[in-house]
Amino acid sequence: MQSDWLLGLIGGGLIGMAAVLLLLTNGRIMGASGIIGGLVDGSGRHDWTERAALIGGLLIVPAIMVAFSSGWDTHLTENGVIIAIAGLLVGIGTRLANGCTSGHGVCGISRLSLRGIVATAFYIGAGGLTIVLFKHVLGVI
Amino acid sequence: MRNLISFAVGGLFGAGLLISGMTDTTKVQGWLDIFGNWDPTLAFVMGGAILPMAIAWQMTNGRKPVLADHFPAPPDPKLGRNLVVGSTLFGMGWGLVGLCPGPAIASLSFGGWGGALFLITMLLGMRVAPALRMRLDQQSAPV
Repeated sequence: MQSDWLLGLIGGGLIGMAAVLLLLTNGRIMGASGIIGGLVDGSGRHDWTERAALIGGLLIVPAIMVAFSSGWDTHLTENGVIIAIAGLLVGIGTRLANGCTSGHGVCGISRLSLRGIVATAFYIGAGGLTIVLFKHVLGVI
Repeated sequence: MRNLISFAVGGLFGAGLLISGMTDTTKVQGWLDIFGNWDPTLAFVMGGAILPMAIAWQMTNGRKPVLADHFPAPPDPKLGRNLVVGSTLFGMGWGLVGLCPGPAIASLSFGGWGGALFLITMLLGMRVAPALRMRLDQQSAPV
């Protein structure tokens, strides 16, 4: 358990350093939903190569790490209906709110942005209530 | 050069997500499960990521990025309905399966058909979001 927390802190530090590098070098905020969403809805057409390069690194580096070690599993539910509903909710929600865990959470809270703090409070609150309802009350997840 | 930096940022981001355990949905759902077997790992991840960024934001004062003309504008003080509604919808989806946009990409190579299905439906949601936003804004606009 303690080693999980330590790995969390180390991995979190790497995520933070990634965000620092993007901010201080390219002057951009490392928000996953904004970077991906801009490619999907066309709003990020002018800098699509940078977005694609970031997504490429995000996809390829973990793939290489996983290829050279074992025991990785997302432990994702096998229920395709729930996965599809959750995917739609995450896609629509993050774009309506203009940010997700990385943009509002990491990059917003670290500059004491009120929007980032409020967004994080709402998505953590909604996530917690969803677990209570669907896991403990209804027992479907 | 900006593309190369972006690729390195993505790689570092992905390595961090993998090492921290954020591509494991049981850890994410465990953090949200305050009435069950609560897992505090996500708090350590957020803390570890926010700390260097808080220092970096301080360094932006009166400076310019290395490869750009200016830093992002100061945060918008306005909250608005879209922020609250959107974050609530996002949180519901996040709670249901334990994946958010970053880890959805980072775990695609080993997430199986479920991970691919999540990504496809997430992209679909992102595609329809602007039209939905326009409709919501029209409803709230004064007549």
